[in-house]
Amino acid sequence: MGVVFGHLSDYASGFWYTVALTLASFLVSLLVGIVIATMRISPAAPARAAGLFYVETVRNTPLLVLLFLFFFGLTKVGLAYSIFVSGVIVIGAYHGAFVAEALRSGVGAVSKGQAEAARSIGLTFSQSLRYVVLPQAFRTVVPPIGNIFIALTKNTSLITVIAGVDLTSAADRLNTTYAQAIPIFFGAAVAYLILTIPSGLAFGWIERKVAIAR
Amino acid sequence: MFRRRLSVLVATAALAMGTAACGGGTSSSGGGLGASAKPAGYAMTQATNIPASPTLDAIKSRGKIVIGTKFDQPLFGLKNPVTGNIDGFDAELSRLLAKRVLGDDKKIDFVETVSKNREDFIEQGKVDAVIATYTINDARKQRVGFAGPYYLAGQDIMVKKDNTTIKSVTDLNGKKVSSVQGSTSEQNIKSKAPQAQVLLFDTYTTAGEALRDGRVDAESTDNVILLGLVDKNPDAFKLVGAPFTQEPYGIGLKKADTVFRNFVNDTLAEAEKNGDWQKAYAATAGKVDPKPPTPPAIDRY
Repeated sequence: MGVVFGHLSDYASGFWYTVALTLASFLVSLLVGIVIATMRISPAAPARAAGLFYVETVRNTPLLVLLFLFFFGLTKVGLAYSIFVSGVIVIGAYHGAFVAEALRSGVGAVSKGQAEAARSIGLTFSQSLRYVVLPQAFRTVVPPIGNIFIALTKNTSLITVIAGVDLTSAADRLNTTYAQAIPIFFGAAVAYLILTIPSGLAFGWIERKVAIAR
Repeated sequence: MFRRRLSVLVATAALAMGTAACGGGTSSSGGGLGASAKPAGYAMTQATNIPASPTLDAIKSRGKIVIGTKFDQPLFGLKNPVTGNIDGFDAELSRLLAKRVLGDDKKIDFVETVSKNREDFIEQGKVDAVIATYTINDARKQRVGFAGPYYLAGQDIMVKKDNTTIKSVTDLNGKKVSSVQGSTSEQNIKSKAPQAQVLLFDTYTTAGEALRDGRVDAESTDNVILLGLVDKNPDAFKLVGAPFTQEPYGIGLKKADTVFRNFVNDTLAEAEKNGDWQKAYAATAGKVDPKPPTPPAIDRY
């Protein structure tokens, strides 16, 4: 275990890169998820179709393939984003599809009477979503979104294949030099737990905060 | 309703099995026509007296030798997309070894090893030996044994064809360089050009893609690997031609099996003596590097 404690600074720089990547991607995934979910429940059929198309293609393609396509493929049409930005866009867009489905299921859990009552007092579609339906849907979606956040945190490790210097890549580089895979990757796993366990607790706290008193 | 669903299921299963049958396997045997010509015939014969060793006994009982090699390394270990064979100098040495142990250079299974997993595959016994542009160094000797060296390469730099600013390794300071995870190349760059920013990818070809896209200013690794990449892309890349290290390529084996190591060293010495080494080189890497080198001295430790 000495190799881990002797290189805590390597782990630390990888850790903060992972934290930054996770938070930025999560923000993007929330934005994407809200937009796509709105499209999927919209009364306009083309919007619904486009939303469905997005979810089905993005959700069913491996994240690794999407990263390669974005990072190496887009340059062929003249667009080149940095490693970090590429990671944020692709990881955010990928998990956005899952967030959209979670939001859509939350909206489905709100009884239809709410939406009807909102329309009947004159709110537009987006106003009824914003003031009546989504606040209630929010309660149901906190656990699934918490799940997605934790999955996203772990999926950020894929950035190593486009030369990102995250936590997993830091452990990998250490292993190249010292060839002691077990303590090195155990240290990386502990570092990921330092990120995911408090997130799980935070989401639990949010869930309790927004729960209806029964 | 049920019958319709059942027929859809059967059709999908038939389609899936059909496409799976079309796909090729990961291993390949020698022989066959490919882009690189096979040498007329090796003088190597099967050894008359094969000593007892865990690896050699396993090879004999299996009837095949399993060699880890690169699949994406032009001139050394490259999977031919047409024939499915592995072409290259490392592959030819593997075939010589197969001939020595089993008498037939077709009794060989190639497994793809990338820079990162060579030690793991040897330790786990997934391969009998690794012949994959494998540089010998002391850190690796802690985990695996090495027979050879069978070739002396040097680390060099590859840049875009129109680049005039990078002429030597010290010019890499302040620039972005790509290389591969798990290789010795990164440490060598860092020691000779500490201000260089190194981006590590999983294979040399993706590292070359990063150079082509302009994400990095250069790619640096062993000159023979770069030669192969330049050979495939003569209009895009060029070699700077200033090697700054010496990279002895060795055959990786289980650390404890010294009997096997001696056997492989003897095989290598035999191949260098009877001209097979030279034949193998001329048919593969020698096509791009016309000056046939002399084989380096074998290090028996």
